[in-house]
Amino acid sequence: MFWNEELETIKASTLKNLQLKRLRETIGRVYFNVPFYRDRFQAINIKPEDINSVEAISRLPFTTREDILNNYPTGLLAVPRDEMVRVHTSSGTTGKPKAIFFTKSDIDRAADLIARCLVMTGMRKNDVLQNMMTYGLFTGALVMHYGAEKVGVLIVPAGPGNTERQIMLMKDFHTTALHITPSYALYLADYIKTKGIDPKRDLFIKRAYLGAEPYSEETRKKIEEMLAIDVYNSYGLSEMNGPGVAFECEMKRGMHLWEDNFIAEIIDPDTEEVLPDGTKGELVLTTLQREGMPLIRYRTRDITLIIPEQCACGRTHRRIDRIFGRSDDMFIVKGVNIFPQQIENVLMATKGVAQNYQIVLESLDNLTVRVEIARDLFDGNVTHLVNMQNKIVEALKKELLVKPKVELLEPGTLPVSEGKSKRVIDNRTL
Amino acid sequence: MGELKQLSIFAENKPGRLEKITRVLAEAGINILAVSISSSVDFGVIKFIVDKPEKAREILRENGFTVSLNPVLAIELVDAPGGLHSVASILYKCNVNIENAHVFVQEGRDKAYLIVEVEDVEEAKKSLSGELLKFY
Repeated sequence: MFWNEELETIKASTLKNLQLKRLRETIGRVYFNVPFYRDRFQAINIKPEDINSVEAISRLPFTTREDILNNYPTGLLAVPRDEMVRVHTSSGTTGKPKAIFFTKSDIDRAADLIARCLVMTGMRKNDVLQNMMTYGLFTGALVMHYGAEKVGVLIVPAGPGNTERQIMLMKDFHTTALHITPSYALYLADYIKTKGIDPKRDLFIKRAYLGAEPYSEETRKKIEEMLAIDVYNSYGLSEMNGPGVAFECEMKRGMHLWEDNFIAEIIDPDTEEVLPDGTKGELVLTTLQREGMPLIRYRTRDITLIIPEQCACGRTHRRIDRIFGRSDDMFIVKGVNIFPQQIENVLMATKGVAQNYQIVLESLDNLTVRVEIARDLFDGNVTHLVNMQNKIVEALKKELLVKPKVELLEPGTLPVSEGKSKRVIDNRTL
Repeated sequence: MGELKQLSIFAENKPGRLEKITRVLAEAGINILAVSISSSVDFGVIKFIVDKPEKAREILRENGFTVSLNPVLAIELVDAPGGLHSVASILYKCNVNIENAHVFVQEGRDKAYLIVEVEDVEEAKKSLSGELLKFY
């Protein structure tokens, strides 16, 4: 079933024409209304009419996170501030956040894309969505909320945390779907298990939407198994709409990126050269429909690839692969590039370890992985634990090509994540 | 042949773990009859023989500890020179592989037992049947 069958199954050639039309409108809008963009374009002698094909977008300069920060708070607005009905911020590492403004129709379009995502994964009017993302400055919860309202599902705006109450709400309101971060989902699944709750018998959850943090396929399988549900991957970022930029269909093989709303490119993050479909690189997005704060060739810092093949679900919008990592999250040990997801993959496939882990960097050639042991698999035998510890070291060495130190921790030692979790602790003084 | 159960508690090697565990047991009125600690580089497993093992496990779990309760072999030791040797000879002869061992003195102090941790208690008991050993 489709929310908007005509647009979701649009012919490739028609989509291209639509993209070009909207791209030209967007370029015109920023050229005439946003001094930042006009200066940028003029500096390389480009006028709006020079962009006469979708491919010509590669002639335009990139917009970076720093550009948004430098223009904080209202420097990138393309319509007067009075037309804005919402501002969201995305946390920067230090100092000021990135501020993203939305007009009324921007909010409406973001919600409409979410409606596509929800209907595509089987959500209907009679469903109940427990929204366990943070409501507030963060885009995650509110954009999903508005989209779910469009579909007509009942929303339980629980926000994150207070797991005991979350379970009560699930039971009392017959929650059928969750919107949650992967790290909190792991915690929740473990909590439910520890409390002796049988998800099949005692709960009504059919599916969960996981986003806001990159996570591994192993994590998806683990959560699906523990809660006996389907987990769908959701991709978004505050600089775009928040969730709903790309979303998995029922095939669960990559996320359809709504190409009537965004132009997606994959670039080599170092050379900034555009890469062909199927090649891994940094995702670059251009908004095609946004009025309030259009962004041209925004560097997401997320590493993925575009899946060129047609999807069996019938939607023509190309898919992106699971986010392999944020280029910001990547760290280097002994000269080797490592993403936290690689470590997560190994840990989630290891029997005997719990869901929570932490990566500690003390120096340029030392990597420590701290992992909690699984309470119910502990048998009192030191040898078994040492064997498991060695097995993890070997598996990580094989995956990362760097031999880490692995520490086994008592369950409950690491900070519990109820929102976005901080997996990497960097104590290096470089 | 009775069965003796031993409590094992996972503990990171950091200060105060044994203090916390024993406090929880003391406050619950559990009597500790024997203790041993198996340690690796950065973690250890603390083992106890207590008077109320099921209750102790429950209390420790409620306090967030990772606990396991497992059967162990408990072989009576004769209180005379060569007492441990005679038991060790039999274990050796019967090919029972000891993973860990320590001594436990029964409440009332009239009997002492060698606590032997083996991979499979039933299997070990089978190999030792017919030998002149007294079990707990």
